[in-house]
Amino acid sequence: MAIEGFVAIYIFMLAGFAGFEVISRVPVILHTPLMSGSNFVHGIVVVGAMVVLGHAETVAEQIVGFIAVVLAAGNAVGGYVVTERMLEMFKSKDEQKKGAKE
Amino acid sequence: MNFIVQLSYLIAAVLFILGLKAMSSPRTARRGIVWAGVGMVLATLITFLHPAVHGVTNYILIVIGIAVAGGLAWWSGRRVAMTEMPQMVALYNGMGGGAAAAIAGVEMLRALRTLPDGLQAQAQALAADAGISVAAAEAALRAEGVGSASVAGALGSDVAILAILGALIGTVAFSGSLIAWAKLDGRMKRNKLVPGQQIVNIVVFALAILFGIMTFFTDSIAVVAIFFALGLLFGVFVAVPIGGADMPVIISLFNALTGLAVAFEGYAIGNPAMIIAGTVVGAAGTLLTQLMAKAMNRPITNVLFAGWGAQDGGSGETSDGEMRDVSPEDAGITMAYAERVIIVPGYGMAVAQAQHKIWELVELLQDRGVEVKFAIHPVAGRMPGHMNVLLAEAGVPYDMIFDMEDINEEFGMTDVAVVIGANDVVNPAARDDASSPIYGMPILNVDEAENVFVIKRGRGAGFSGVENKLFFNENTRLVFGDGQKVAAGMVQAVKGL
Repeated sequence: MAIEGFVAIYIFMLAGFAGFEVISRVPVILHTPLMSGSNFVHGIVVVGAMVVLGHAETVAEQIVGFIAVVLAAGNAVGGYVVTERMLEMFKSKDEQKKGAKE
Repeated sequence: MNFIVQLSYLIAAVLFILGLKAMSSPRTARRGIVWAGVGMVLATLITFLHPAVHGVTNYILIVIGIAVAGGLAWWSGRRVAMTEMPQMVALYNGMGGGAAAAIAGVEMLRALRTLPDGLQAQAQALAADAGISVAAAEAALRAEGVGSASVAGALGSDVAILAILGALIGTVAFSGSLIAWAKLDGRMKRNKLVPGQQIVNIVVFALAILFGIMTFFTDSIAVVAIFFALGLLFGVFVAVPIGGADMPVIISLFNALTGLAVAFEGYAIGNPAMIIAGTVVGAAGTLLTQLMAKAMNRPITNVLFAGWGAQDGGSGETSDGEMRDVSPEDAGITMAYAERVIIVPGYGMAVAQAQHKIWELVELLQDRGVEVKFAIHPVAGRMPGHMNVLLAEAGVPYDMIFDMEDINEEFGMTDVAVVIGANDVVNPAARDDASSPIYGMPILNVDEAENVFVIKRGRGAGFSGVENKLFFNENTRLVFGDGQKVAAGMVQAVKGL
């Protein structure tokens, strides 16, 4: 699907506003998890990496495409795991665990 | 099939935005990451049906790539300690930037491959028509300018521009993030690679821009390769001089840049999910970077082009007076008889793994009716909010943790302020001494408390190398020792009462 000029600019603009809006009222306590979470979200690059590797036709294209898939998968999975672990800490007070790590 | 693919991307984009929104409140944060995760899994699985994906080898490569890299990332993300989270975020972020750049690389390879193919086909057609040799027809076509078709000609100008921009940003984010990871992980200490780093940086950046423009017009693989190499080199050069308290800002900046690179490459390959998710992250990350830079009172340009370390940690006037120390037990007993206590944790607390002992101490104090609060500077830890996460890990409820603006006025009414593992963020020189390198940075007004205990490993200056006047104040007592042992000593003292 090709996205033509002005439509793309509208998408960029609206998505940009959404990004500002999402983060504008976030308490400091969540800055790190949120940075980590947004790091996970740009892991969507994995679908683009899959597509370019999927339509690769020479060995060179396959090598670079494979690098793209490997890096992107690392971004997506790693981003999810560390974010999930950070947010794990925000359980309600009764679930508090003490001395989990010494 | 294409309809299903596009629909899944739409759903994924909605889930990402809702997920990020949910992540901005402590109550819904855990839900948020799950939503975003569902969107990611959905988009990834459906992409196997994408009409452009073909070839058994390619399918196998995709599955292997995702399985191996995903598995490694899962394993490393699971076993890393909470204190090491910032460098892991830097690492994974760099991988995303590298992926965006690699996508641009594949697209340019495709463009360059189709160029000579097109010329060959035309030359053969012309040779057949005019009855001349193929070589002569090719030469004639080149003379007419067909052979000078470029990356831009093959991709279209708009796609070529955004693909090139995305590649530049992606390569910078990739190598820069890896340097940030190496520095935070203690694998790299140096702040300088070449003499005159700043001028070299400007030259490398200008060269990268130049080769980016040349990539637009070129039909040569060498130019594209040099362009990518310059992007990588610039990322290294930008990140190397940055150290100390500026590190979180630069990671956040690279995070925003990766988002932008992903959005641009999304346009280049016509993928709306990448455009939306990338732009949202780019905007959110830029705002976050600004918030952090503002908290440190340093314009983002200073962070990028000056580098704290480059000033050789020059301290303002040296303090006269001497440090007075006290035993952990005495400090603990003073706290037990206080009415209000504020604890100011810094990264040093986490390094010493003292947060669990500190929380044990706080619970004992609370049982005695002491009012205890935690005060967090916006840049405490290695990333904004890092300290909150570390405290939460130890079990400290988040309603006991206060931001700088909310608690700064309370220090004047506080009996005991305990500083553990923090340094620059409580240095009154930032407020009073215009010659200090950190002058102007907002600080926690710890020195206004009646008693100040500073838990400290040794007598040296801190992370940034700036001398701290707080340590020489009349009302300050230093408690020397490893954070965890000192906290344990305080716990013993309070228990013994």
